[in-house]
Amino acid sequence: MEAIVADTPKGGVWSGGGNRPFDASYGKMMMWFFIMSDALTFSGFLGAYGLIRFKFLDSWPIADEVFTHIPFVHGNYPMYYVAFMTFILIFSSVTMVLAVDAGKLMQKSKVILYMGLTIIGGLIFVGSQAWEWKTFITGSYGALQLEDGKIVQFVDESGHQVTLQSFASNAASERVRHEKQNGLWFVEEASLPSVTLQQVKEGFASNPNISMRTELINLDTKKKTIVSREEANKFLDNAVRVVEGANLTENEYGKTLFADFFFFITGFHGFHVFSGIVINVIIFFNVIIGTYERRGHYEMVEKVGLYWHFVDLVWVFVFTFFYLI
Amino acid sequence: MSHENSHSHAALIWKVFGFLSVVTVVEVILGIYKPAPLHLTHVLGTSFLNWIFLILTLVKAYGIAWYFMHLKDEKTWLRRAIVWTVVFLIGYLSFFLLYEGGALGMIDQHWTRWSYN
Repeated sequence: MEAIVADTPKGGVWSGGGNRPFDASYGKMMMWFFIMSDALTFSGFLGAYGLIRFKFLDSWPIADEVFTHIPFVHGNYPMYYVAFMTFILIFSSVTMVLAVDAGKLMQKSKVILYMGLTIIGGLIFVGSQAWEWKTFITGSYGALQLEDGKIVQFVDESGHQVTLQSFASNAASERVRHEKQNGLWFVEEASLPSVTLQQVKEGFASNPNISMRTELINLDTKKKTIVSREEANKFLDNAVRVVEGANLTENEYGKTLFADFFFFITGFHGFHVFSGIVINVIIFFNVIIGTYERRGHYEMVEKVGLYWHFVDLVWVFVFTFFYLI
Repeated sequence: MSHENSHSHAALIWKVFGFLSVVTVVEVILGIYKPAPLHLTHVLGTSFLNWIFLILTLVKAYGIAWYFMHLKDEKTWLRRAIVWTVVFLIGYLSFFLLYEGGALGMIDQHWTRWSYN
């Protein structure tokens, strides 16, 4: 026990009793306080996601159809990449706890090795998350948005989604991107979609093998509903714009709220990972210059370890609620 | 944490890692294949598969908190102060949020039109 005492209680850190309540030092106790409040913050966010998800139970995007990409590989691979990310984070948790373990035995070189591996794992994770965001923002197939906000997508005879470009007509479009230099100098427009609404409509009319899919989920088969061609034409009459990819205001995969929650919650978690890496780097260099060797204990490694494991713990839940359920 | 000076816990740590990995692999396989008998059956408000995911997630959370965050080695009442508080508050919050979500959904589904005739 002596090895991890942060301050001997000679009128020390716990003014008053001077003891270490529950045998936990001040710093460790405060880390637990922080982790508990952070856990409640995250559960508030995930709970809000759950509320909205239950509200739109019959029309929420299906995660397997949203996250289907792997770097450098073409094709449809749901889950694999995010499973890889989960492994990276769990593994970095293992190296972290091995660092704590080595610290308790005062093995400086082992602490350095394991903390270094933890930092590398964290960097791979945030890098992967950046890639995941980029893929989600770019989008895969494109969709149309109706006047009332609904999203409609297009599928072939086998029910697989097809890109808008694959069937849109190449009728010329008059519409050009509004830039500051050729219009109002104080107004700028984001880049235009690769096809126009008119081209999609014409392409749909001339390709009878393309069908339209709505957001509505058949709760018996858990599949999105494909509508008949005449009904599809009525949907097309209500279409107002082409949506490619996802951002905070539109989402080709379905409900915009899905994109909002995804960016917010994984972003908040990613920021935790980032700050965890920064703290880990600081402690890592402190270990190298021998700060904790002189202090006589490695409790600081244990405290940053608690934070790192907590970040991993949150990811376990984010993984479940965004990708599995 | 009073007896940790003597020996390394590395063997236990690798065992826990193996366990967490197996659970994750099971989750991923179920998530990719979504077996219809689990996916399309409705138990207590959601599919049977979702309940499996939820339980496996809580099992993983237990593994991380008990062995990686070494709650197991903390004093009993420190552990209880942390775990009971968080479990109670999160359970309370989640129950009402999800219940209200279901109620909002009933209203929403009543007013949302899926055809334009």
